[in-house]
Amino acid sequence: MWSPRTRNFFLAPAVIVLLGVGIFPLLFAVDVSLRDYQITKPALGFGWNNFANYLQVFSDPYFWGSLGRTFFFLILTLPVQFLLGLCIALLLYRKDWGFLRSVARVALVIPLATTPAVVGLIGRLIFDSDFGLANWIVYLLGGAKVTFLGDPNLALLAVAFMDTWQWTPFFALVFLASLTSVPHEAVEAATLETDRRWDLFRFVEWPYLLPGLTAVLILRTADAMKLFDLIFVMTRGGPGSATELISVYTQRVGFRVFDLGVASAMAVLSLVVTIVLARLYIRVFYRETE
Amino acid sequence: MLVIVATVFPFFWMVAASLKTRADVLAFPPVWIFTPTLDHYREALSRVDVARSLFNSLIIGTASTFLALLVGTPAAYALARWEWRGKREVWFWIISNRFMSPVVLALPFFLLARALGVLDNPWTLVAIYLTFNVPLVVWIVMDQFRAVPRELDEAAVVDGATPFIAFFRVVLPLATPGVVVSAILCFIFSWNELLYALVLTRAAARTAPVAATAFMSGYDLPWGEIMATGTMIVLPVIVFALLVSRHLVRGLTLGAIK
Repeated sequence: MWSPRTRNFFLAPAVIVLLGVGIFPLLFAVDVSLRDYQITKPALGFGWNNFANYLQVFSDPYFWGSLGRTFFFLILTLPVQFLLGLCIALLLYRKDWGFLRSVARVALVIPLATTPAVVGLIGRLIFDSDFGLANWIVYLLGGAKVTFLGDPNLALLAVAFMDTWQWTPFFALVFLASLTSVPHEAVEAATLETDRRWDLFRFVEWPYLLPGLTAVLILRTADAMKLFDLIFVMTRGGPGSATELISVYTQRVGFRVFDLGVASAMAVLSLVVTIVLARLYIRVFYRETE
Repeated sequence: MLVIVATVFPFFWMVAASLKTRADVLAFPPVWIFTPTLDHYREALSRVDVARSLFNSLIIGTASTFLALLVGTPAAYALARWEWRGKREVWFWIISNRFMSPVVLALPFFLLARALGVLDNPWTLVAIYLTFNVPLVVWIVMDQFRAVPRELDEAAVVDGATPFIAFFRVVLPLATPGVVVSAILCFIFSWNELLYALVLTRAAARTAPVAATAFMSGYDLPWGEIMATGTMIVLPVIVFALLVSRHLVRGLTLGAIK
């Protein structure tokens, strides 16, 4: 309706800001990832080093370990959060409890809104080896005291538990929103055809859940690739490197070892992994919708 | 019922711990019935860094939200009202800034801030938080602008208003709900952010989540104070989140969190 010049006036501030704080640092990161950039050794001179950082990352067992752990964490948490979230959504959608249902909706918002760093604090409180609630439950079940956060096998489970507490409501709320979008006519027609709840779910409701599910899976995968706050507060990546996911490891190389070239290479690589995974999800799930 | 208990319980447990005496927090088996005390809140607040970090978070969150609205709403208007080739690409590029991992950007931001001498400066965080706040504003507010009929601002222009007046006087007021929701979400995300703040601040600009992590070293942890601090960090966010709970899912689907 008005001239493109007017449009550009409206658009320009945001574009300039995002170029400055978004693109420029990213290009900078790519550049640094190609250099010797060890702050503690300025004598090296920050020159380009022919992909030496990437080669170093590729041959670093800790990098592969942390990447593998990240995927393991995803495989551990995603199905649980998905199933729990779906159950909660179907429960809240089916039952007409009115008041209780609205209370439940409000309750679901609380974990989501809790600052991830504080979720880590709560995790430390609940899984403490001396007075933690988790230990009390073990004790009630007749077990001996467990040092959850000190045991390499259990620490990651404890982190996964807190992550599940925080994010299951997200699955539930997205599914609940999708279920509300299922047309009544479709449900009525289906109930004439079959009285099996499963058929109704599989053939009528499921297709409506797919777009939301895709979005959530992409987001949760990206989140796992950058999960930091919770782990940093709860375990600092320990014991050993038992809970050191990719972003925690990258942060450690960057800001405790101060090899910024290698850390940038890892960051760029994990960005690539995230993008590839997102594309993969879209392909797999949208094919099923067709 | 079970759902409600499961989602609220860990939060409740933190608040309870913040109100217990030290002996009660450390009791095993856990104490369920106790006389609440506000001592830990007093102790936590009397530590200058906790009070200051809460104040810093407030300032940084508010300033970054305000700036994001300032540059984001006009851009949303341009995207909602004009059609041009490549518009989808511009839109997608703006939104994609939100998917960027903080770990990727933390390093270059650290180097740049060091070179410019603005480490440990609250305004550095204000600027950096725009990377995730501006896309959020553009996305939500653009949706809202689309719901405002074109005829309204066109009529204003026919009556002699410039596009800018039409935008500020006609469209923006009608889109207030969307603007408010995006502002609250921006504030929440800024308030919760940890990684950038951890890397880019030391003492002066330290934010609340960083202060929370600072407790977690040493053996004799002041649990009551830690949980009081945690509660003070989380409470404002939960209040805000409940205000926008209806729109929260859509905002989060844009790329959580952090």
